[in-house]
Amino acid sequence: MSAGDGGWVGRTVVEMRDALRRGEVTAVQLAEQAIAHRERVDGRVHAFLARTDELAREQARRADERIAREGDAAPALCGIPVALKDVLCLQGVETTASSKILRGFLPPYTGTAVQRLLDQGAVVVGKTNCDEFAMGSSNENSAFSPVGNPWDVERVPGGSSGGSAASVAAGVVPYALGTDTGGSIRQPASLCGVVGFKPTYGRVSRYGLIAFASSLDQIGPFTQTVEDTALVYGAVAGHDPLDSTSSPTPVEDPLEQLRSGVEGMRLGVPREYFVEGIEPGVRAAVERAIEVLRSLGASVEEVSLPSTDAGLSTYYIIAPAECSSNLARFDGVRFGLREEAASVLQTYLRTRDAGFGPEVKRRIMLGTYALSSGYYDAYYRKAQKVRTVIAEEFDRVFEQVDALVCPTSPTVAFTQGARSDPLAMYLCDVLTIPVNLAGLPGISVPCGLADGLPVGLQVIGPRFQDARVLRVAHAYEQAAGTAAARSPMVAEAAA
Amino acid sequence: MTLSRDDVAHVAMLARLGLSDEEVERFGAQLDAILHAISRLNEVDTSAVAETAQVGGLVNVWREDEPRPSIGTERALANAPDSDEGQFRVGAIQESE
Repeated sequence: MSAGDGGWVGRTVVEMRDALRRGEVTAVQLAEQAIAHRERVDGRVHAFLARTDELAREQARRADERIAREGDAAPALCGIPVALKDVLCLQGVETTASSKILRGFLPPYTGTAVQRLLDQGAVVVGKTNCDEFAMGSSNENSAFSPVGNPWDVERVPGGSSGGSAASVAAGVVPYALGTDTGGSIRQPASLCGVVGFKPTYGRVSRYGLIAFASSLDQIGPFTQTVEDTALVYGAVAGHDPLDSTSSPTPVEDPLEQLRSGVEGMRLGVPREYFVEGIEPGVRAAVERAIEVLRSLGASVEEVSLPSTDAGLSTYYIIAPAECSSNLARFDGVRFGLREEAASVLQTYLRTRDAGFGPEVKRRIMLGTYALSSGYYDAYYRKAQKVRTVIAEEFDRVFEQVDALVCPTSPTVAFTQGARSDPLAMYLCDVLTIPVNLAGLPGISVPCGLADGLPVGLQVIGPRFQDARVLRVAHAYEQAAGTAAARSPMVAEAAA
Repeated sequence: MTLSRDDVAHVAMLARLGLSDEEVERFGAQLDAILHAISRLNEVDTSAVAETAQVGGLVNVWREDEPRPSIGTERALANAPDSDEGQFRVGAIQESE
């Protein structure tokens, strides 16, 4: 395979790393192929907002120099293309959170997770489209464009990190960063047939992430393989003095136990995750995946998380409450859109009405209501108590089993426009939200197709057992060979 | 429960959202539906449960109060819709009428 014909499109981070070190390809060639493939597919996918080609070329040149200088000692991600969800600040590159209110915003600094990639020599080819301020499950809430699923562009990629998931699924980049507040990494990973990992809350610094719901938000990677996820997670995880909620607990090397397998492990299947609304094809694919894990020597037992169905209600108080507070900063004074009016108050009212889209307004309204005088106890305080109940149910189950396995999303990718009712859309995240409420690590790994569309297996672990979650997902992926399933767009590069 | 138009307008003002009449109508109906759907919360017994505000496991994070370089006035103002003499500029705080 020659380096000039798109032959590296769809390859993994590990494959690119090894080829760079062996001199089979240069970072500049990888960057040019990523840019060319992005241009080939993005007119249909719309995964990208800001394109950073000149930056990428310069980063790639420097990466090639570094690899020449440092050889195998160069960092794993040196010279490898990446895409960043548009809620992650990269100094001097337009960052909008897919909102009109931030159009033209040039961050004055770079966030920690992104900086850690840059320190490794990463090559940024663009910022990815998402639901506005990361609020949504289909990417249809972007103020700029919906995103097409690379398996079928008439269908949604999931959300909110839909552009990041699609950029990897289409083969433009081998990895991307997203954020997950209620499933916004795992659900689009499931719908796009890639790996998506939400680390334990506090594992990855949120400094330089445009906040949605601060007690739930977590940054994590999209990749094609679990090993790639372990590499990227290892690069971005760890304490950051600039985020006081980031954990000082030492990070276990995720690669160390990656290949240890699941023999003797106890896996729990939460019965509440297989209830009504799960598509039969999704159920079948996930049940087959669980059988694969059993065949690898894990013991599988049914467990119960009785308050699972209260998770959605809890989330739709807590997340909007936190968002109503976080998004108060968008007032037309320090950055972003300003709709000039006769007084400051009128300027606030007009700016925020013109700048925010319907879902963001809906959640700000809901959150403001839940926090307002007279309703705080009935809604916000009550939701915080139910959050405790949900977290404690997980704690108890993890006394019994090492990890949980279940579907990521109740459905495969649905058609654009099919879920116009906000409540129907909220149901997309019913199986991912409890993990955020409890602060746990969770991964979605592809487990085959249903009706020709990807299905994701979700693996959930106890807090700070991120490495164990990756180990279970890796064991499954290796046995099932699901990492080979690629969207049709990957093949277009070779055509 | 049902939200009145005044309730919705009050919440919108608290949130500094200058909603149109049509939006007040639409969001009012949608908020009603959402609040009804999340009433499942009340079925969970929380009589002996404390609130969870965060799940990070950290209690009070301290650091030394040491002066450090910051991004500086110029960069801080670079995205401002309007600025003057190193400050953000806004219109009149009082209503002009």
